[in-house]
Amino acid sequence: MEGRWTRVVLVLWVLGVLLFLFVPIATIVIFAFDRSNVQSWPIRDFTTHWFTVAWDDPAVRSALWLSLKAGVAATVLALALGSAAAFGVHRFRFFGREAVSLFLVLPIALPGIITGLALRSFFTFGGINLSIVTIIIGHTTFCIVVIYNNVIARLRRTSGSLGEASMDLGAHGLQTFRYVTLPTLATALVSGALLAFALSFDEVIVTTFTAGAQTTLPIWIFGAIRLGQQLPEVNVVVTAVLVLTLIPVALATKLTGGGGVTRSTVRS
Amino acid sequence: MRYKTFSRKKGQRAAMMVALALPLVIAGWVGGAAASPGATAKSTSSAITPPTQNMAPQKSIGKGEGQLNLIAWEGYAQPEWVKPFENQTGCTVNVKYAGTSSEMVSLMANGGGGQYDLVSASGDADLRLIYGGDVKPVNIKLIPSWSQLRPFLQSPDFNTINGVHYGVSLQFGPNDLLYSTKVFPKAPTSWSVIYSKKYSGKITIPNNPIQIADAALYLSVHEPSLGIKDPYELTEPQFTAAVNLLKAERPLIKDYWSLASAEISLFANGEVVVGAAWPYQTGQLKAEGAKVGDTIPSEGATGWADSWLLATKAPHPNCAYKWMSYITTPQVQAEQAVSYGETPDNSLACPLMNKLQKGSCDSLHANEPDAYFKTIKFWKTPLAQCDNGKNDCVPFQQWQTAWTQITG
Amino acid sequence: MTGVARLSAALWRRAWLRAALTLSPPLAWFLVIYLASLVVMLVTAFWTVNPFTNNLQHQLSLTNFAALFDAPIPAIIARTVLIAALVTITDAVIALPFAYFMARVATPRVRNALFVAVLLPLWASYLARVYAWIVILTQDGTLDWTTQHLGLGSPNIAYTNLAMGIVFCYIWLPFMILPIYGAFERIPDSYFEASADLGARNPRTLRSVVLPLVLPGVVAGSIFTFSLTLGDFITPLLIGSGSGTNLIGNVIYDNIGLANNLPFAAALAVVPIVIMIFYLLGARALGAFEAM
Repeated sequence: MEGRWTRVVLVLWVLGVLLFLFVPIATIVIFAFDRSNVQSWPIRDFTTHWFTVAWDDPAVRSALWLSLKAGVAATVLALALGSAAAFGVHRFRFFGREAVSLFLVLPIALPGIITGLALRSFFTFGGINLSIVTIIIGHTTFCIVVIYNNVIARLRRTSGSLGEASMDLGAHGLQTFRYVTLPTLATALVSGALLAFALSFDEVIVTTFTAGAQTTLPIWIFGAIRLGQQLPEVNVVVTAVLVLTLIPVALATKLTGGGGVTRSTVRS
Repeated sequence: MRYKTFSRKKGQRAAMMVALALPLVIAGWVGGAAASPGATAKSTSSAITPPTQNMAPQKSIGKGEGQLNLIAWEGYAQPEWVKPFENQTGCTVNVKYAGTSSEMVSLMANGGGGQYDLVSASGDADLRLIYGGDVKPVNIKLIPSWSQLRPFLQSPDFNTINGVHYGVSLQFGPNDLLYSTKVFPKAPTSWSVIYSKKYSGKITIPNNPIQIADAALYLSVHEPSLGIKDPYELTEPQFTAAVNLLKAERPLIKDYWSLASAEISLFANGEVVVGAAWPYQTGQLKAEGAKVGDTIPSEGATGWADSWLLATKAPHPNCAYKWMSYITTPQVQAEQAVSYGETPDNSLACPLMNKLQKGSCDSLHANEPDAYFKTIKFWKTPLAQCDNGKNDCVPFQQWQTAWTQITG
Repeated sequence: MTGVARLSAALWRRAWLRAALTLSPPLAWFLVIYLASLVVMLVTAFWTVNPFTNNLQHQLSLTNFAALFDAPIPAIIARTVLIAALVTITDAVIALPFAYFMARVATPRVRNALFVAVLLPLWASYLARVYAWIVILTQDGTLDWTTQHLGLGSPNIAYTNLAMGIVFCYIWLPFMILPIYGAFERIPDSYFEASADLGARNPRTLRSVVLPLVLPGVVAGSIFTFSLTLGDFITPLLIGSGSGTNLIGNVIYDNIGLANNLPFAAALAVVPIVIMIFYLLGARALGAFEAM
């Protein structure tokens, strides 16, 4: 459909954007090999010394572990609550239905500092101690809308008659849910969960307000950047995370067919 | 799915109204809790007495509780000295790192919230914490190394009020002048270099309202008619003069640094040639071979002195006392001083520092006599109450507002 | 009938109960935790702090809102909104051709690879990416080094509003690409064919058919770019100069803690909340909520 020149321009544009996206990433990876603690270009000395430092560092391990725990918990909770909200809004008409989608998007639409500040005041005044529980509460709150959006978009595109047909054939509600509804939602849930986990894993602003004496990975990174004594170690950790997540992200993308949420069931 | 509209529309509507009113109700309850005795107790008759002054500190150190929660500056709880402490006392150390005094005050709200035991606050936060009732008196007799601390740091006015100690002094350092030796072959002798158009666009100072005190210190020497005695207790005219000096300086500033590592970057990349810094930055830059030096100019300097303060609601007081006793011993003081780049409060730490890193005792001024440090005006929280009994000094809230106006 | 079947049948008959069961957990979460905490914070905006005792005084007053008009706060608000708008527009312009290529030109393999390429930076810490930009933009940094070798001089743009804008554009770009891609994906092929059948050439099709359909995706993406810029304080901290680069987020952050001026911070926080609520209402009208 597009002319040849258009295609050429588009390809160049895409390459340019990719360059834009990955030059800083490349910078991070390259500087992981910088011997010097002061990050300036060009690099004089290359070393793999910092990889050993990061591997041996117990603070990094516990921060990584905490981030994983919080991320998984927040994603699971968001899956449950987000899907429930999506079902509710999709299937029932009730007073305030339009407002629900507005409310749910607030945690992600309002700046993080406001969400963090509000949650912190709430916890403080309510006498709730800051802990991993409050971290999870904070993360779940903005992860819900990611799942909600994905699920409700998928629900809107699935034909309602499938569920009714299932019931006509004698399946009760739970069986219908398990054998008919869930499979149609599967890819939406997976891509939603992936994005929600990514948001939670890299979240720093709300977490600084809701974490007590706990250090998640982004908080560790912020501290290391502030201290400035082990900057290449930060680069090593980020590089490691990138390498480790490349496979799951690629797999998930392949499974959901490049953004399963957006793919219509019928592409006419 | 067919949409099910509700037959009980009115009931539904009522339920929704209740649901929407719920946040307001909760907010009212929570707001009410905020006005509870805990908060109002602080607003007793005189703001001059710390609310926790009369809490009797414990008489002895009991058995450790197995855990210790600290709020600390980055680099103040390195494994180097934390691991031996954990092995010795069985108190597992959890650290929450804070980047600014502001964050520390925030975290320590409500007496540490029953979560934190100690905070390594700098002088500018101490008074806020003490008068806010977030820290409580400490029994100095339970800390053996206290007598080894430099005399002027045993009961300094930023952590000891009316003879009551709220913590123990830890380490300190000056806010000194960092300069590029390429531009300044000899160390500058006056702070005027950072106000000078000659270096326009190549100057950096901290992004911190407490810098107004540095300007006030400069004016106390160069404009004695203002009568500035204490750079943290400024009357309105003195305050305005300092703010105007900083406003005039603004076009000359390349960057107001918020992180020590940012200032290191600025000097390393040649973006700036002179600025206000801590000895920490000088140490890091020199270690990388950068051509810099630092000095305390003739007008003197402000400085920061950190103390470990005890939270009012500390859940592990015994471990807290064990930590305070441990962190003030000469060996640990030397380790921390060399690791971070600051001056230890314990007067016996010098030789131990040189064993860890040759020449560190000299470069960090750990062997200077007390008189050397008289020229350093250590941070303390600017309050409305002046030492002379009057209440017309400018409080920190206004310093923050003025700072936002200065930086724009 | 088994127990489960009986329960399921009972629920089927009572729609309101099903509604209540599905909706109450998420709504309870939101009402109790999130909205209540927002209301608490907003109420604080009407209180003041006693400069002597440093306690919150619970008398209602509008001082903090009046203080929002004192210089330089209006300039800071204007600066933040302007930067947010510019970043949004720039990201939309960058994302549109990219997403078009992904959705309509790329083969499935290439599309998957591009998808991964867009998602992957989100896994590299936000802080590390901003810090990398300092290395790139600083004097004699990577950018300077490149332009010097090309004979173009030394831009040296770190610690400026321009640098902040570039960093914001960079960090939020994936959040703009994804919804726009989704919007492109949802346009059926038949629309293009029909438009061609009606005699429109490519530019006309793009203008009259594609852009209106993609607009909800653009608006959805803009919600993220706009709101994230309105509240960010870390990027100005790291790559701003502190002088003339303060944003709303910085001022809010500066006033909690040591300055102990939570009421003023809360009052200032009302500004982005009000802006975003209006933005969201407009976005919903444009259909962006279906495109997120």
